[in-house]
Amino acid sequence: MRLSMDLELQDVPGQLITALQPLKDNKANIISVVHHRDKKTPTGMIPVRVVIEMDRSRIETVKAQLKETGISVVRAGEDRLIEEIPVVLVGHILHSDLGDTVDRIDSTGFAEVVELNLIMPGIDVPSTAYLSIRATGKEEIRKALDLLHVVSAEKRLLVIEPIEAEAA
Amino acid sequence: MKEIKASLVGFGVVGHGVMEVVKRKRSILRDMGLDLKVVSISDHTGSIMNEAGVDADYVLKDKTLENIATSSMKGQEAIKAIDSDLVIEVTPTNVVHGQPGLGHMEAALGSGKNLVTSNKGPLVLSFSRLKKLADDNHCQFKYEATVGGTMPLMSLIERTLVGNTIYSIKGIFNGTCNYILTRMAQESISYSHALSEAQDLGYAERDPTYDVEGIDTAGKVVILANAIFGMDAKYSDVKVTGITQVTPEALAMAKKEGYVIKLIGEVPSLTVKPMLVPMESPLNVDSTLNSAAIATDLSGTITVTGLGAGSLETASAILSDIISIYR
Repeated sequence: MRLSMDLELQDVPGQLITALQPLKDNKANIISVVHHRDKKTPTGMIPVRVVIEMDRSRIETVKAQLKETGISVVRAGEDRLIEEIPVVLVGHILHSDLGDTVDRIDSTGFAEVVELNLIMPGIDVPSTAYLSIRATGKEEIRKALDLLHVVSAEKRLLVIEPIEAEAA
Repeated sequence: MKEIKASLVGFGVVGHGVMEVVKRKRSILRDMGLDLKVVSISDHTGSIMNEAGVDADYVLKDKTLENIATSSMKGQEAIKAIDSDLVIEVTPTNVVHGQPGLGHMEAALGSGKNLVTSNKGPLVLSFSRLKKLADDNHCQFKYEATVGGTMPLMSLIERTLVGNTIYSIKGIFNGTCNYILTRMAQESISYSHALSEAQDLGYAERDPTYDVEGIDTAGKVVILANAIFGMDAKYSDVKVTGITQVTPEALAMAKKEGYVIKLIGEVPSLTVKPMLVPMESPLNVDSTLNSAAIATDLSGTITVTGLGAGSLETASAILSDIISIYR
């Protein structure tokens, strides 16, 4: 099962190796390690997200071993929605049934709107929304975006999506 | 010394730029062994001809040929009648019917003359036919200036990246839209305010439809699709969304998340639409600049940037095409 863990490491040499040892010991296959040096916590800790494939039953053992080595585990669990994409919508977002727009994505079973910010500068003036959509994989992100395009065409909303990573 | 007898067709902003560049670069061309003589210039009012080469200083004083034309011959008639090896076609573009440029290009290639152009319309409508006409008549047909102005896109792909498989080209191909979106983001001003500013500065036409609705970018996407990807794409194949709906709030929200919004044309997917571009992306260029990311199999993604329009800038791309034919 694919799982992810959010850890906080001290900014000292050797911390990452220490953090990965319990994963090795519990036969976890490491898919990715992202070191967020640019997002230090107020206490000076460095957030690290680790995505792994491992037996779910061993997660508590891993957490306990990490705790013993002084590494804090902020979150650990099944990482179902592993891909995330930002999208900006422009138009009469609220009056074209925002609830329905979000529901249409959420009801796919493979994608969800996990963040939404809306700005309505005035009555009869187009609104702008920032959405963050998460999905179970890259293909599912693509399907969710295709669906959002269909819904937005019905509601005359402009969809501004990110350019694909390889071109950016 | 190789003598090149060129007919310049079109004497607007780009035509003037071509004469200026020919004048300025005469000695450099001679160093390359090229004696480029513009033996005729034609516009909608007539033609001026000189076998020894039309004097650039003399013609550059006038906006049109109305008062200096030595012949009433125009367009196709002039192209066929005048003894030249090369036609430089720089008349205003039209993506609906392609004229008068399309007729000029057919006349040039049909007469066995090499052709260099900055005019998008005929290529958007009839690229395959023009290419075949060039091949059938053993002529060179060059059009670097039609996409991205000075940005070396065609020559980069056709020469430097030759042997690479091109997966996609994505980029900013319209300086007017880029200027408007840049100003909206910088100053949190509305689309209409930024457009007025662009119009005051001469970056946007009084009727900006062609630029802001994405028509110009779509034309360039069609040219790239046909020239680089060998597709037989038409303007109607491109899914186009312009920038008129983009709000300052959208730009502010994008900025907060680390993005800018740019009008992006994509080939071979044939789309033109406003997109989120990461701030740190090399595609993120400001003001009237153009940029293009070329995704290849061997060289990874290569990004080029440059001025997309302007009299001398467009003439520079035309000069580069001329040199590549004769050098």
